[in-house]
Amino acid sequence: MDNVKIMTGNEAAAVGVKLVAPHVIAAYPITPQTKLAEMLAEYVENGVLASEYVRVESEHSSLTVCIAASAVGARVFTATSSNGLLYMHEQLHWAAGSRVPVVMCCVNRGVGAPWSIFNDQQDSFSQRDTGWIQLYCRNNQEIIDTVIQAYRIAEQVYVPVMVCYDGFILSHTKMPVAIPAEEEVSRYLPPLTPVRPLVPEDPITINPVFFPWRRDNAEGVSCDGYMDMRLKLAKAINDARETIREADREFGECFNRTYGGLVWDYRNDDAAITLVSMGSLASEATVAVDMLREKGVPAGVVALRSYRPFPKDELRALLGGKSAIIVFEKCMSYGNGGGFSSEIKTALYGMPDVPPCHNVIAGLGGRNVTPSEIADAVMSARGAIDDGHFEETYWLGCDTD
Amino acid sequence: MHDNIFKINEKEYILPGNRACQGCGLTLAYRFVLKALRENTIVVIPPSCLCVLHGLYPTTSVTVPAINTTFAGNAAAASGVVAGLKALNKPDITVLSLAGDGGTYDIGIQSLSGAAERKTDFIAVCYDNEGYMNTGTQRSGATPLGALTTTTPQTKQDFKKDLVGIMEAHNLPYIATTSPGYPADLYDKFVKAKRIKGTRYLHIDSPCPPGWLYPPKDTVKIAQLAVETGLYILFEIENGKLRLTGRSRRIGETGKRTPLIHYFERQGRFRKMSIEQLSQIQKWVDTRWEEMTRRAS
Amino acid sequence: MTQDTNLFGICTPAPGEAGNTGDWRDRRPVIDHTKCIPSVKEKEACFLCWLYCPEGIIGMSFPVTIDLDYCKGCGICAEECPPNAITMVNEVSDNG
Repeated sequence: MDNVKIMTGNEAAAVGVKLVAPHVIAAYPITPQTKLAEMLAEYVENGVLASEYVRVESEHSSLTVCIAASAVGARVFTATSSNGLLYMHEQLHWAAGSRVPVVMCCVNRGVGAPWSIFNDQQDSFSQRDTGWIQLYCRNNQEIIDTVIQAYRIAEQVYVPVMVCYDGFILSHTKMPVAIPAEEEVSRYLPPLTPVRPLVPEDPITINPVFFPWRRDNAEGVSCDGYMDMRLKLAKAINDARETIREADREFGECFNRTYGGLVWDYRNDDAAITLVSMGSLASEATVAVDMLREKGVPAGVVALRSYRPFPKDELRALLGGKSAIIVFEKCMSYGNGGGFSSEIKTALYGMPDVPPCHNVIAGLGGRNVTPSEIADAVMSARGAIDDGHFEETYWLGCDTD
Repeated sequence: MHDNIFKINEKEYILPGNRACQGCGLTLAYRFVLKALRENTIVVIPPSCLCVLHGLYPTTSVTVPAINTTFAGNAAAASGVVAGLKALNKPDITVLSLAGDGGTYDIGIQSLSGAAERKTDFIAVCYDNEGYMNTGTQRSGATPLGALTTTTPQTKQDFKKDLVGIMEAHNLPYIATTSPGYPADLYDKFVKAKRIKGTRYLHIDSPCPPGWLYPPKDTVKIAQLAVETGLYILFEIENGKLRLTGRSRRIGETGKRTPLIHYFERQGRFRKMSIEQLSQIQKWVDTRWEEMTRRAS
Repeated sequence: MTQDTNLFGICTPAPGEAGNTGDWRDRRPVIDHTKCIPSVKEKEACFLCWLYCPEGIIGMSFPVTIDLDYCKGCGICAEECPPNAITMVNEVSDNG
């Protein structure tokens, strides 16, 4: 029987980590992740969490510590936001390429310059090509549950997982959270089986320089060139789709809560206009959908839970045949318009009767986005679509003249 | 000195046919580092000459386990290995972070200082070939005054950073300077370091034939000349107490040093050194020796 | 021939990672065993060549041996040998 407490998103993440009990935690404080790093330190100091806590001197070092600890066979955890994530960017590539099952919370925050301490998703979004699995949470319950699922996924496919949740909106907002029972978590999450941990009895050197071409080892086995090894990573992330679905399904069997696997949707089956989003903004969109439905507008939400791997098949199934798609995104791909709206469109490539797709850049740097603003934006977009505009981009709440 | 070379662990941990240059000072030193530390060791290596010596996929030339990491994070990776081993109840494995001067003085200094400040239980070592040699001899913070590098074609205009002094400021239980010109002294210091807990810092003077521009056969001679001229000083600091060792101890006792010019004239990288630079270095060496002699007494 | 099943770069130890590095040299060391101290005395003595060889391919044996498959020809052994028992001799090229 789960224990329900009122807690912030950061606390939900901390409790999730405590249940998983990683061997090593390394974290550098940054707003709005700070409280998560502090709570974990408290748990360790109070003896309720038996982890080695390394109080690193930078974010680059926090992920480096995790990668190296994982290489000797330890289960690890780190967390960051915004510029901290950017600072460890090269290590994100390194973690994915070294196939270590690191789990990291990214408490989404806008990136500098200029400085913002408030929420948007540019930080994790801009790391989408590094080879990490990225899962986005819509509320605090999902945070604690996804942290647990993340280890299950990471340790099965040996691809690092980033659990993203919106800074302040979720990290600092209190919601009721059911805490999974420790024994159930142990049953759900088996102990880590490292691929080939570094031990003195096995004198290997790992993650060396690779040639472009294949090369035989001393036993005559044809060994990978760089590209072959990277193809393995690409395959692993693609295969992770099934692992993510399965991890969520089995979580449901243990804890009676599931999150849709790669995507979740709300009132989409009979919707004509679908709002697409990620994280807490998708959650707000469901309220906007209720408001629109009151006015007789048949709207629905499709939300990306998994941004990487990108749920192309699910999106084709859920968005095919709609009259309009409105993407609400808290990130930008400067030089190519909105963040992931172009990927939504690409997912529908080649389908007959592709719907018009408008995208709304919303909430950058923490600018508040209310459900009624979302609903108004949908109505505006619908008007523009009726006027024949197939694709449009809006910056919500900004003067674009 | 010659007697105790037969007490050195005879086992070789670096396999032949490796990718290091002819006459590489690092390879010679690393041979003795590993002889001292033995099998129960995990090494952390940045992109560097050492990374190349360890070998390209799928073969390694070194018979102790090692993990490659990015340039800035060697000491952080070592911290991770230490934390992981401790959490897994394997605290007795020696963790060695071995980086070049680039990975120690410059890009690696932040993570090194952080790891040392946290009293991380590892051996941090810098093999100092006084430049970014793996990428073709660009200057580093360790490049000495008057040296030619590809990015200081008019010679380096600044003194070498005092990295050992910086490490001293971290209040470490053990600091030592070593040289492949004196393998037995190097070996003894690493054997001692292995037994000490906490952050131990050791420095290796690492002559580099292609970078310093001298024939490979002179590596040992040049390493020895660095010490004989007093330019490089062999010492150890144990819990704050400084002790000169080997040849440097004799220099401390006799006060006799070979003239600096004998060291500089053998290396093409110093061919454009000015008289002014030479005299600045002489003054620096003299001042350091006054200080060293005072501290060692 | 079995394919590579490693998920990430795992190097296993073997000599000759860079090939037969003996091919690198243009001069090779030749020991005059009549001058070599341990070869003559047949006991542990000198062995500075063993000490200073960066490659570790000089054997602490009587007589002293050098693994010419891998010797890179740096010449440190010849330079450091106290009785000058080692001479660096030009390798003969394929072109004669």
